[in-house]
Amino acid sequence: MALLKNNAVIDDPFADATGRETIPASGPVLVDLDQWQSHREQLLQRTEPVGVKLRSDQPPESIAEDLHSIALIALEFPVFRDGRAYSYARLLRGQYGYSGEIRAVGDVLLEQLHFMERTGFDAFELESDDPLGDMQVASADFGVWYQPAADGRLSAVQLRHRAG
Amino acid sequence: MYRYDEFDHKLVAERARQFRRQVKRRLSGELTEDQFKPLRLMNGLYMQLHAYMLRVNVPYGSLSSRQLRKFAHIARTYDRDFGHFTTRQNIQYNWIKLEDVPDILEELAEVEVTAIQSSGNCVRNITSDHYAGRARDELADPRVYAELLRQYTILNPEFSYLPRKFKIALTGSPRDRAAVALHDIGLRMHRNEAGETGFEVLVGGGQGRTPFIAHTIREWLAPEHLLSYVESILRVYNMYGRRDNMHKARIKIIVNQMGLDRYRELVEADWEQIRDSVLKVPQAEVDRINAYFEPPEYECLADIPDELNDVRARIPEFDQWMSANVAEHRVPGYSIVNISLKAPGLPPGDMTADTMDAVADLADRYSLDEIRVNHRQNLSFVDVRQLDLFTLWKKLKLLDLATPNIQTVSDIICCPGLDYCNLANSRSIPIAQDLSRHFVDVDHLALVGDFTINISGCMNACGHHHVGNIGILGVNKRGKEYFQLTLGGSSDENASLGDRLGRALPQDEVPAAVETIVDTYLAIRLDGERFLDTYRRAGIAPFREAVYNPVQARAVA
Repeated sequence: MALLKNNAVIDDPFADATGRETIPASGPVLVDLDQWQSHREQLLQRTEPVGVKLRSDQPPESIAEDLHSIALIALEFPVFRDGRAYSYARLLRGQYGYSGEIRAVGDVLLEQLHFMERTGFDAFELESDDPLGDMQVASADFGVWYQPAADGRLSAVQLRHRAG
Repeated sequence: MYRYDEFDHKLVAERARQFRRQVKRRLSGELTEDQFKPLRLMNGLYMQLHAYMLRVNVPYGSLSSRQLRKFAHIARTYDRDFGHFTTRQNIQYNWIKLEDVPDILEELAEVEVTAIQSSGNCVRNITSDHYAGRARDELADPRVYAELLRQYTILNPEFSYLPRKFKIALTGSPRDRAAVALHDIGLRMHRNEAGETGFEVLVGGGQGRTPFIAHTIREWLAPEHLLSYVESILRVYNMYGRRDNMHKARIKIIVNQMGLDRYRELVEADWEQIRDSVLKVPQAEVDRINAYFEPPEYECLADIPDELNDVRARIPEFDQWMSANVAEHRVPGYSIVNISLKAPGLPPGDMTADTMDAVADLADRYSLDEIRVNHRQNLSFVDVRQLDLFTLWKKLKLLDLATPNIQTVSDIICCPGLDYCNLANSRSIPIAQDLSRHFVDVDHLALVGDFTINISGCMNACGHHHVGNIGILGVNKRGKEYFQLTLGGSSDENASLGDRLGRALPQDEVPAAVETIVDTYLAIRLDGERFLDTYRRAGIAPFREAVYNPVQARAVA
């Protein structure tokens, strides 16, 4: 499993505490929603970054009030066909104005990377022999887009009617 | 007709190239069948009983003669010389090889046609009134909005892995020829109290095993907000639609489970956040697209009822065709001609490659190069000079395309059924063939009048049996094929679902039962009543009696 961010494979700075009984006392840590809700006060006190992982049946509404204190939101794809997290990412980037890391985890595959990136994901946990190569393949597919999304790319409509 | 610009061309070419890679990765084993399946479906490729089926879009039913010739070429080169027009303005090829598909998609792209999202759990082909821009009763042309929605939904990154398929249809006429109330989203153009044209937005219609007529989620929506409102409906569906059971995953189920009011609340709350975003449709884009739908340069002609009546009086067959297949046009001197793909004994909607070429030639000569595809599996020429009607009729007749049966008992919608489909549990096409051979007397068809018969080979309802005046559903009982009849369905502006008539019948009893229903209607109808009117007035009892207790029914009569 490789973690891809900004076109580089990086070491995950977050310790994965999801599903564990105890949360490490220090260091960047990733917790699940149950842990966040039951240890919210302590987690908000931490000086080091905290991430929250949401299952595909946990809309980001549940953490909306705390987003400014959350450095990473990991959205899970239990199976690549479950597309709920695309909407969660859009909501986070759009309506909630979230600017931290949104990481795709779970069943993350080459053929879905481009849609993930368009909807606002900026980090990807990818099971692949060549994660960077996969990302390059996925990014090279399209040079024109029909609709605005969370990636700031101009849509065909916008390009057609650009001033000047 | 809409023509691609550089952006459209580039995107479609890139999509074809992407699918070529995906096929390559599948053939080399890098992708499992499970991983490949949604990718191929989103490129129109469906696995049937005997082979791959490729479903190609005809967005909002508008087709050029050049595109139809390409369809003929694909049928000849990659299939078995024919194609099948469906109920959603698509054409299907039934015998396709996986390794040919990238080439086919590239060939289609040359003529600005795609198979993008014609299958799969995503937004499907946008459909509309096949008379759009030509109907005399039309309030506003829906095609510009259909095209905006086509572009907005194609490769939409947020909505490509929805809980289930999603269908959108539009109409700009009060007379609904696009079955909008049977769609996941239906859009009806109408005027608000201030006299402004906008959309009534319907949501949650659909057929399948749990049919629903759509509910109105918003009475009036300004056209500039169309994309943002659709986005909010889709977003709520994507987040809350059921993913635990594919048979309960359509939007109609979640709307009915959470209630329309709650669904509306969620949609409106999301929409408030995005209604004035970049999704707001710029007038410049509306104008750009509308320029393609400007009316063609019509000749200055007058209606010619007297001349036509002379010919009709002399030639009864032409008269029958004029009555059944020709519709009013908004421009004087012109008519809309419906081309029946329902000649007696033929599978509804099927067309050979040679016939496609011949129809393309006729469209060039008699209908300003354009053909429309409609949801009842027929074609239309929408710009025919009345002066040419008689000549066109003779030419269509030579091609066996002039059966005067549009919207009659033998104009049957039918799914591919067990002859092709792995979901079906019965052969639906032979029933349609039996019925069309049974009702060949065109005087009788005219006497019976306005009628729809819809046949599905299984409860997935691809043949729209729920909304046929007579619906026929194939069921499997202990390994034998039986057919369940429903009465009173309709997909128009007063849409309704059919009611079950009684126990299912074996195939050989179906034509007689349909005939009995038709005869019962003729016996009890009041002046000017269509079958549907009679049924709504008299109820199911007289029909049930006549079919299941013929002796008693006769004694009472």
